[in-house]
Amino acid sequence: MTQTSVIQTFGDFTQQIPSSQEYLTLHFSPSAAARKRRWGNYGLSADFLGDYFAAFFPGDELPDSKINQRDTVKATVSYIANELLENAVKYNDDSTGLPVSISLHLYEHQIIFHVVNFATPAIAEQYQAFIRVLLSADLDEFYMTQLEKTAMGGGGSSMGVLTMMNDYAAQFGWQFQTIESMPNVVKVDVMAYLNV
Amino acid sequence: MHIKTDDYTIRYEPESATAFFQGLLRLDGMEAYQPVMDILLNAIESASSFTINLRDLEFLNSSGISMLSMFVVKARDKGTVNLVFQGSEKILWQTKSLKNLQRLMPSLKLEFV
Repeated sequence: MTQTSVIQTFGDFTQQIPSSQEYLTLHFSPSAAARKRRWGNYGLSADFLGDYFAAFFPGDELPDSKINQRDTVKATVSYIANELLENAVKYNDDSTGLPVSISLHLYEHQIIFHVVNFATPAIAEQYQAFIRVLLSADLDEFYMTQLEKTAMGGGGSSMGVLTMMNDYAAQFGWQFQTIESMPNVVKVDVMAYLNV
Repeated sequence: MHIKTDDYTIRYEPESATAFFQGLLRLDGMEAYQPVMDILLNAIESASSFTINLRDLEFLNSSGISMLSMFVVKARDKGTVNLVFQGSEKILWQTKSLKNLQRLMPSLKLEFV
């Protein structure tokens, strides 16, 4: 049986992630435990990913920093993995029963994060609207506008994505895919690229 | 006034008008930060200066950064409190994100060690 699907991509999205010697994928089943318990697991997983990938880097000093390269990779991977997982889980439609996943691929000067979740069409539409604004805005200006908006109590400001891009210089790509056989589910692929 | 869990501790010390944050803070969304926010808002109720010591806070998620930004704006709009954030140059998120809070309130003092 052939399936048709509708695909939309934004930003810097790689269809075929180049093969790498080192990669890891973690899957999270949405209904396995109470949300509060699961939330703690995302943080632990992010820390694990940070520790795991940091081990490939030397403890060399970095210019203008009191944090060596290994510890910088550790903290950056842990922050980005945690934010990506928090977002994936927050916007996941648990009723699909499909797992959220995060994969990290290590290259000589780059780490690629790939996160997949399944959202309702309405959530996916909101996310796309945000991405369109983000990609057409000046990042620094948009960051401050959204931070001020958050501070005034306006929710949904997506400070996670903005801190990853602005504070950690991560590049992003997104793909939204609707599969014909599941019209009420949108597969959301997020890619974040970190130069190391 | 304090909050203590396996992951983090937040302790307010009235004598020095300082709130000490320690550990790993990644609560589930901004609403989950309300008890933390309440400690901070209570502290600036009557104080003319207030210090937030983050030097032992190894991790803060973006919801936590949003919570701090909300607090900074409330302190700014109150207009009567001198705010100091104490950070560590050895903790990456602080070196990356704290300076943006200062942009919300230019009189906010950042002290890094």
